[in-house]
Amino acid sequence: MAVQEELKKIILGLLPQVDCVIGWGPGPDLLCASPYFMRRPEEVDNFLAGPMATQNTALYLPEYKGKKVALVVKGCDSRSVAQLLAEKLIAREEVRIIGFPCAGVADMGKIAARLAPHGEPGEAEKAVYGEKELRITMAGRELVLPLAEIKADKCLRCAHPNAVFSDHFAGEKAAGNDDEFKDLAALETMSLEDRFSFWEKEMSRCVRCYACRNACPLCVCRDHCVASSRDPHWLTQADGVSDKLLFQVTHALHLAGRCTGCGECQRACPAGIPVLLLKRALSRAVEGLFGHSAGLDPETRPPLLTFQVEERTIKEKAW
Amino acid sequence: MDMQGKFIPRAQLDDWLAELAARFRVWTPRRAGQEDSGAVVYLPEARQPELNRKPTESAKRVIFPRSEPLLRFLRKPDPDQTGQKSLELQVPDADGPNLVFGLPPCDARGFLVLDPVYAGVKGQAGDSYYLRRRSQTVLIARACSRALTTCFCHWVGGSPSSTEGLDVLATEIQEGFLLQPLTPQGEEVLDSKLLLSAGKEQMEAAQSAWQAAEKTLGPGADMQGAQEALRALFDNAAFWQAEAASCLSCGVCTHLCPTCYCFNITDEAVGEKGVRLRSWDACMFSLYTQEASGHNPRQDKAARLKNRIGHKFSYYPELYQTRNACVGCGRCIKSCPSRLDIRAVLTKALALSRPAAGKPETTAPATVRPAAKPKVNKPATSKPVAAKPGAAKRGKEASHA
Repeated sequence: MAVQEELKKIILGLLPQVDCVIGWGPGPDLLCASPYFMRRPEEVDNFLAGPMATQNTALYLPEYKGKKVALVVKGCDSRSVAQLLAEKLIAREEVRIIGFPCAGVADMGKIAARLAPHGEPGEAEKAVYGEKELRITMAGRELVLPLAEIKADKCLRCAHPNAVFSDHFAGEKAAGNDDEFKDLAALETMSLEDRFSFWEKEMSRCVRCYACRNACPLCVCRDHCVASSRDPHWLTQADGVSDKLLFQVTHALHLAGRCTGCGECQRACPAGIPVLLLKRALSRAVEGLFGHSAGLDPETRPPLLTFQVEERTIKEKAW
Repeated sequence: MDMQGKFIPRAQLDDWLAELAARFRVWTPRRAGQEDSGAVVYLPEARQPELNRKPTESAKRVIFPRSEPLLRFLRKPDPDQTGQKSLELQVPDADGPNLVFGLPPCDARGFLVLDPVYAGVKGQAGDSYYLRRRSQTVLIARACSRALTTCFCHWVGGSPSSTEGLDVLATEIQEGFLLQPLTPQGEEVLDSKLLLSAGKEQMEAAQSAWQAAEKTLGPGADMQGAQEALRALFDNAAFWQAEAASCLSCGVCTHLCPTCYCFNITDEAVGEKGVRLRSWDACMFSLYTQEASGHNPRQDKAARLKNRIGHKFSYYPELYQTRNACVGCGRCIKSCPSRLDIRAVLTKALALSRPAAGKPETTAPATVRPAAKPKVNKPATSKPVAAKPGAAKRGKEASHA
């Protein structure tokens, strides 16, 4: 992959100037990579970019405060960086951003669903991502899955496949798609009762591991979360849907106008609960109300973190 | 008397589960959620078990629930003392007997790790909530037909067809399942008109299924010295910081783990009424070690990862003088959002403790060797009948107490 090789050259060039370069490297299997922290030139050989590079590298940035790091970013990751900058949670002079044209990442749930008649993804003896397809060898048989079928939903509607801003860029910029929030349509045609039972059913699988929270690059409360606060004791530890849903709603509201839609909350969920939908509904509301999409500009203050006597898009006097 | 193996055609499986459901709360791994996401979770539903995919979560919660009421309390005005309140306590009703059908053998071995903790070793009191469910739960595992890339049961004494801790082993053969009883309770649940007697041919088919499954396991590892290797790394902060770099400090690994047993206790009150809950806790959470003074001895995720791995392979086996607190199910690898691989950390720790292995930073080929000669189960008919294996007994056996 030409872009991957070009990225390696950029990383090698940056290594002497930074504490580490965060990208992706080999995971426990060939389907999905792991976040990869490069400090030595020989480590760059194993760098990976492509459909297996699912994790959002921006998540780690606040941990490296005071150190200089370089970050390889997909378009969605770059939006998280822009949002962290806009909220002054990281310092611009401490990060170097390496962009590339992202063609989308693989969705492990979709791969599992398509492999279901033959086995499960963990049984793959070999997995190779090509330009247009994923080739999996399982029980001696090769199965070909078109990338278009296994790409994450967020990639199918991605308007910013290239980094929204970068210090270095590998390859030619790719074209984006329109995001019309079509993912919300199915839920919105449901009655309120049906919608609530949908969430009750989905949330019943929640094990309260808080991977959704910890995988979110914009969950800034970290160790002071409402979900684990003892005083005041906001949430009970009962294994019921109401407490689990209360946390999700709190999380989503706290992210209104801040969530960039990277989808890490949903990807991290071991129970496959579509928690991104809640944040998407709020993102659309903020877009409608304030004409603001999070994470597009490191200089713009998010609308709910500031105050205007008269909002640009809300014509109160006309009411 | 040798215990007789049985056979059930796949088409009759639901009928048998329904029959069992009259006597037990039957739990099966079931697919739940949307087509492109979802998970395989244990549900108290005695039908259509998902047996082609490894359950996303372990079966732990059947015996050790995510959250359970220990007691209910109610404060009432004290009729004898004006202005004073009296406290009324009530122990929740015990639930009935459970049966789990279709768990992988590693999940059953997980309970053998929990047993010494809750059975009360060395004369200590046992945990009545755990022990009651433990003694009333029948475990029917299905032998794994294939290992996943994340499976490493053979590193820690298991196998795809391990019978340890089971009441019945089910092996998929010839459009059905061979069911082998391993305990008197197992024999009892196989006493059904829906089940056929298994013949020699079916036993042989099962044996070749076990052998085929063994062959799908990845390379094994020599775990000798893991206890000492991890202890030697206790003060090596740089090692743990490097290994924990990608960790999110979430609870996926601990909450899906069949052997993690830590809990928290909270009083959940509304007004004068409330419930004292015991719920799962995770050593990966910062609050886990937060002290009342505000001091936290495990400040960062590196210290927490060190604890999780150290506990499983060093402190637990030392404390209870028994097996590792890991059954190699691989869920902590498979479902980790960062795909942090506990095997890689162990391999590096072992390599560092073995100077002869050469470069410590590599994956240390000297510590990884081909899987040991497959240990294949003998047919259950040749197994001696265990005398009255109750939960407490299992616990004591496992703890060597």
